[in-house]
Amino acid sequence: MPLLEIKNLQIEFGSGLSVARAADGVSLMLEAGKTLCLVGESGSGKSVTALSIAKLVPAPPAHYVGGEILLEGRDVLKMSSRELREIRGGLVSYVFQEPGASLNPVFRIGAQIKESLKYHRPAVANDAEVIRLLKLVGIPAPESRLKNYPHEMSGGMQQRVMLAMALASQPKLLVADEPTTALDVTIQAQIIELLRDLRRQLGMAVLLITHNLGIVGDLADDVAVMYAGQIVEHGPVREVIQRPLHPYTQALIQSVPELDTEVACLTAIPGTVPLPGAYPSGCRFHPRCPKARPDCSQAAPDLSQVEPQRWARCPYWNWKANALA
Amino acid sequence: MLLRLSNRLFWSAVTLLGTAVLTFFLVNAVPGDVAKIIAGPKASADVIKEIHTKFHLDEPLWKRLGYHFNDLAHGDLGHSFVTDQPVAEAILTRLPTTAALSALAIVMWMLLAVPLGVLTAKYSGSWSDRLALVLATLSLSLPAFWLARMLQYWLSYKLGWFPVAGFRTFTHLLLPASALALLTVGYYARLVHSNMTEVLNSPYIRAARAKGASETAVLFRHGLRNAMIPVITVLGMDVAGLLGGVIFVENVFALPGIGTLAVQSVFNLDVPIIMGTVLFSAVAVVAANLVVDILYRWIDPRIKAAH
Repeated sequence: MPLLEIKNLQIEFGSGLSVARAADGVSLMLEAGKTLCLVGESGSGKSVTALSIAKLVPAPPAHYVGGEILLEGRDVLKMSSRELREIRGGLVSYVFQEPGASLNPVFRIGAQIKESLKYHRPAVANDAEVIRLLKLVGIPAPESRLKNYPHEMSGGMQQRVMLAMALASQPKLLVADEPTTALDVTIQAQIIELLRDLRRQLGMAVLLITHNLGIVGDLADDVAVMYAGQIVEHGPVREVIQRPLHPYTQALIQSVPELDTEVACLTAIPGTVPLPGAYPSGCRFHPRCPKARPDCSQAAPDLSQVEPQRWARCPYWNWKANALA
Repeated sequence: MLLRLSNRLFWSAVTLLGTAVLTFFLVNAVPGDVAKIIAGPKASADVIKEIHTKFHLDEPLWKRLGYHFNDLAHGDLGHSFVTDQPVAEAILTRLPTTAALSALAIVMWMLLAVPLGVLTAKYSGSWSDRLALVLATLSLSLPAFWLARMLQYWLSYKLGWFPVAGFRTFTHLLLPASALALLTVGYYARLVHSNMTEVLNSPYIRAARAKGASETAVLFRHGLRNAMIPVITVLGMDVAGLLGGVIFVENVFALPGIGTLAVQSVFNLDVPIIMGTVLFSAVAVVAANLVVDILYRWIDPRIKAAH
């Protein structure tokens, strides 16, 4: 049994005429101890998918229209609020994008970490365990940091505190929602390094949400690419990066600047991600796709297994540019 | 911190000094001969003259301001023209009534407004939220003297649930305090509501839920303390401004407080008492602001860092 299995998840916002489907038939699987990266541009629905794992997308305004989210075989979407509180921060812990805004400004960081311990490991809800956790995430002189308020720490330190808080319950799954986006580049590298160490040390599974393909290769076992509320490609990280099958993944990889080659200008994908509720007909990527054919605007392609371990939502994944010539 | 506190104290003193000067000129701008009021309508010219000499009424204004400040500097607020009671004593004997009334009113409206604001923020847009909005608007729009009279007429006189007027026991305070609380609760419920709505959308609330905090802990532990920061500021100003409502309510319910004292002194043109009560309210405003300043630092640790 996989640790996490999302089946055909559908989440909508709004009602009546202005319904926006932020996640449309998302399916994912994550084995214990493995790392899956969910990649996509802003607005592709990756954060909504990640938050829904512990049913953290507030409903209303959201509606969980359909699908299942199985955590160790139990459907999160059918859980009572008491069961949800147990898995939130227990089985599944979260680290968010902006550590400065995700820590409560009026409580000392020691108290905030201890709160997590109280909920999930009350027997060790003490300063000694908080200090151990702060050491684990690489905060120097943790004893003197207990009484700090969040605003007294740097962004990198705040994100380490968030990590310590997430690890307090010894979760089996850590969901990191763009954990480095708000940080300086040098700090980003440190946090990614720390995530990799912790994963190895603690053996937990990690679901890393990012729009930065550059960090995916470093960390992930598998990668899933999201576009306009759908998964468009899924496969082992090495293969996806070396030989992307979906035109969107190909475009994403081309837009990652490389340091060792000189380029005149950066490659960008023309256009923007369509807003939920305003998806184009047929393949949702076709207006921006360099390889689009006339029939791409007609039929909506399914996510289908095209090779062992590899899935793509493009009927022309095998189509070569020179096939037409 | 010490520097900031002394800075605050200095400006508080300036505020009080300004109030004292301003009140002095305002009171002296009122037409009418104070001596005639003190002596009564049948007093002889000699008596009037004597009073003029006693209170320096014939001397120029700037000289009288000098006397006034000399007295103030010696802690002497003067004596009532009407009863000859020292002004300080007149205020201090009435202070407990007013303080008890105000404190009870504040406790009542905060106990109502905070849960109401939090719950309407949580269930924002529901019919109960809209009903609360209507009631809040009503509470904001009612005039103090009207509400006080209505409560007195119906609940005390007609139904006999509360004493009609006067102040002997705690129950005498219940209805006047309710009147004050009802006039303010709507405003505070909306204030807590809007701050709480904003706070509930912040990432640390989502993070608290992601930790496994119960909804009660999310609302009251993580949310409320952040939402109360602006509320405390407004409360500080209102505690002082409350004296305005207290004047009406005390007069309607014949409570022997500073409000009734102030109104009587105006009717009697009892200049020392008028100046005393005004100066007292200025002290109350300044003190309330100081307390808020200190409370603020305790409730929001970021303020300390900013200075």
